[in-house]
Amino acid sequence: MRVALFITCVNDTLFPDTGKAVVTLLRRLGVDVDFPEAQTCCGQMHLNTGYRDEGVRLARRFVDVFRDYDAVVVPSGSCGAMVREQYPRLADDGAFAEAVAGTVPRVYDLSEFLVDVLGVTDVGAYFPHRVTYHPTCHSLRGLHLGDRPRRLLEQVKGLELVPLPGAEECCGFGGTFAVKNPDISAAMCSDKVRNVLDTGAEVLCAADNSCLMHIGGTLTRQKAGVRVMHLAEILASTEPGNTREREDSR
Amino acid sequence: MSRTFLGMPGTVSMMGYTGKETFPENAAKAVRNSQLRFNLRKATGTIRGRRASVVGELPDWPDLRQAGKAIKDHTLRNLDTYLVRLEEAVTKAGGHVHWARDAAEANRIVTDLVKATGETQVVKVKSMATQEIGLNEALHAEGITAYETDLAELIVQLGDDWPSHILVPAIHRNRSEIRDIFVRHMSEWGRPAPERLTDDPAALAEAARLHLRERFLSTKVAISGANFMVAETGTLVVLESEGNGRMCLTLPETLISVVGIEKLVPTWRDLEVFLQLLPRSSTGERMNPYTSMWTGATEGQEFHLVLLDNGRTGVLADDLGRQALRCIRCSACLNVCPVYERSGGHAYGSVYPGPIGAILTPQLRGMGSELDRSLPYASSLCGACYEVCPVAIDIPSVLVELRGRSRHPVAERAGMAAAGWVFERPGRLARAQRMGGRMRRLVPKRLPGPLGGWTDTRDLPAIPRESFRDWWNRTDGGSR
Amino acid sequence: MSARDVILARVRAAVEGVPEVQIPRAYRGPAPASEGLVDLLAERVRHYKAAVHVVEEAGVAALVAASLAERGARRLVVPEGFPEPWLPSGGFERIGDEPRLSASDLDTVDGILTTCAVAVAETGTIVLDAGAGQGRRALTLLPDYHLCVVRRDQIVANVPDAVDRLDPARPLTWISGPSATSDIELNRVEGVHGPRTLEVVVVTSA
Repeated sequence: MRVALFITCVNDTLFPDTGKAVVTLLRRLGVDVDFPEAQTCCGQMHLNTGYRDEGVRLARRFVDVFRDYDAVVVPSGSCGAMVREQYPRLADDGAFAEAVAGTVPRVYDLSEFLVDVLGVTDVGAYFPHRVTYHPTCHSLRGLHLGDRPRRLLEQVKGLELVPLPGAEECCGFGGTFAVKNPDISAAMCSDKVRNVLDTGAEVLCAADNSCLMHIGGTLTRQKAGVRVMHLAEILASTEPGNTREREDSR
Repeated sequence: MSRTFLGMPGTVSMMGYTGKETFPENAAKAVRNSQLRFNLRKATGTIRGRRASVVGELPDWPDLRQAGKAIKDHTLRNLDTYLVRLEEAVTKAGGHVHWARDAAEANRIVTDLVKATGETQVVKVKSMATQEIGLNEALHAEGITAYETDLAELIVQLGDDWPSHILVPAIHRNRSEIRDIFVRHMSEWGRPAPERLTDDPAALAEAARLHLRERFLSTKVAISGANFMVAETGTLVVLESEGNGRMCLTLPETLISVVGIEKLVPTWRDLEVFLQLLPRSSTGERMNPYTSMWTGATEGQEFHLVLLDNGRTGVLADDLGRQALRCIRCSACLNVCPVYERSGGHAYGSVYPGPIGAILTPQLRGMGSELDRSLPYASSLCGACYEVCPVAIDIPSVLVELRGRSRHPVAERAGMAAAGWVFERPGRLARAQRMGGRMRRLVPKRLPGPLGGWTDTRDLPAIPRESFRDWWNRTDGGSR
Repeated sequence: MSARDVILARVRAAVEGVPEVQIPRAYRGPAPASEGLVDLLAERVRHYKAAVHVVEEAGVAALVAASLAERGARRLVVPEGFPEPWLPSGGFERIGDEPRLSASDLDTVDGILTTCAVAVAETGTIVLDAGAGQGRRALTLLPDYHLCVVRRDQIVANVPDAVDRLDPARPLTWISGPSATSDIELNRVEGVHGPRTLEVVVVTSA
């Protein structure tokens, strides 16, 4: 099986550790993941801000880059939802539509790839911390990830998963929404942060670094002492001295 | 499309809003009003829970939703046929059908009908369509007083206020504010509030009952909207709770109903779907207290139906946007929207607030004003509205489509063009990332211009020394 | 062109070339009468804070008498066609609607007794169609007290059943509990303009 990593432009540029964690995790599970370097951005920011033409150009690039892979793994709910939900609507000419139809069903969120394709929930991770999980809107209502992330986290050794009140409510990021409607966005985020702090968790986890950047930016501004971590980074963590980990890093 | 009249921002006092400001500006003021935020949070929180419970109780909710969506789409596809059928059925049952291209025409028809009765007072059932066309103001200009009889509309009318919610226009008011409005203003419109009125909701409801009782018994003309019209039978349907609707529909000698042309359903049987979808989605009840159905002139009443276009055919012509016409005005999308919960309804500057308003208003009214251009951006695209919509209107997709048609600010256009240029070639992206990595210590704590909205309350993420792609290349995919 | 012609022309231009839409009806349709409908109806009506009694036919008159006595309701409208055996033999003033009562007259009576056309168990709804024993719509609107007698064979399971049984040519009023409002902080309060008390009597052996 040829598996490609679509890192996403935000992770590539700002959160490379998430990408490294995905590679580490997949290798540990025996998957040889490829990183096609021609990839850039899925076009979500352009499309959702009203720049359809640029969005379509980037969608075409995505399909060109990834069409020959058996599986494309995306560690970002909103980018995954962009590809899966919006590309089919953007594809208005025959060849492009055909390429989209051929590629999109093989695009998986990381948790879907682990649970549905590899069939694992115990990925051999160790993370002895109190964690709460924010499902993020596009993971929840776009990709319908359901309980997959929770099932993965529940199998992590040492991890205590605490429920997040109001989990399904948006954190107020919404891409350029945070800049165009800063007051509402900040109000939404401050409610989200209050809910996170109420859990007493040390770590806030999500499957989308954009939302984590938003909530995390507020947490650090408030010096709240709660870390944010992408799901991949927790799943990639292992016990010190774990043999599988050492084999990988050789 | 010519500018369509949608309420009267700019001419009616709107909680201090002139209607000229954009959604973000209006919302910024609203979000600082802690009383408003408290009222909205409490009210929307209550209704969300109730809706979820009664929707979850029906095993076939997804099937009802699909049927509701398809019935509306089928109707819209064949709207000409069904409108003519409705007209025939209503006429046959003794009613009179009028057609109004726009707000002015509808207002003139209604005004003339009222004048023909010789009356100068009318009672009204809560109706979005008549708010949309500014009927009360038009009647007032002709010396006719329209009395709102729905409790929330009464609160809005007495308080010289502006509705902020489709279902509960006074949702922004709490009980003690309502009490004060009753005590101060009921006497200006009729029977004064009872002595020593408390803010107990039951006492407030009783005050409204007493205030309106004599009005119901004596007024000879009523004006309503309708939730549904059945083409096959000519039947009109009004769902309500208080009984003010029944009062208006039953007691007066003349009834005038102003209804948008999209309120049609083809057959009697179709009501079996919407009578399940609407109450559970709107008030979160298995059924609302009262639903009235009447066909033509009933029990000796004179009946007029005014069919209203007012921009709807323009929306109908839009392949993606026409789904907004499926809306049955349940307001579930408002109640679940995190933006609405914090901005309130006035910020939208339209009688149609919330997510549905953000796609309906710019389509009905066009995107000529700054306010209307800002409405499609009044959403984080979180998708909660689509999830609860009983007729599956994909509001996020329509928002994105409308954003694409909007005129964009110059600086933003430049930024987006630059980003697009960078993303066009991976080499450009890599160079931009390296430049960012080198300047990582120089990023200011506060960003300039419109980006400052972020750094007012949030830190920026630290820019890493090395991008993922550079790491991959340097380490050969982590193997070195 | 008339406004009518303009609107119809705009509609035709707008939908030209739009594909036809089929309507899937996978939802639950009318269901056969089953055991438990009486209990379900009673539970759902009570949920709206209306009183519900379930009695055998022979006990209806006594129950109505007791209900009226408890309320102190003496002047009652009884629409034409209301079954005589269900009426108490005395203890109240019977008012007819022939000739038509004025709205002000109706506003002064103590209550109204009616039958119904259909009752919907799942939603706790009674539906009046102005037929025998029900009278015109205003009769059940202005008095503050409404007592409605439902025969067991009038109870249907769900909304599709009810729509199927009803005649759209008649004026229909669907009633689910007493008059109420949710306009104050979205909390439900019973009792606004319609009857503030609704009492439902279900007759099991009719």
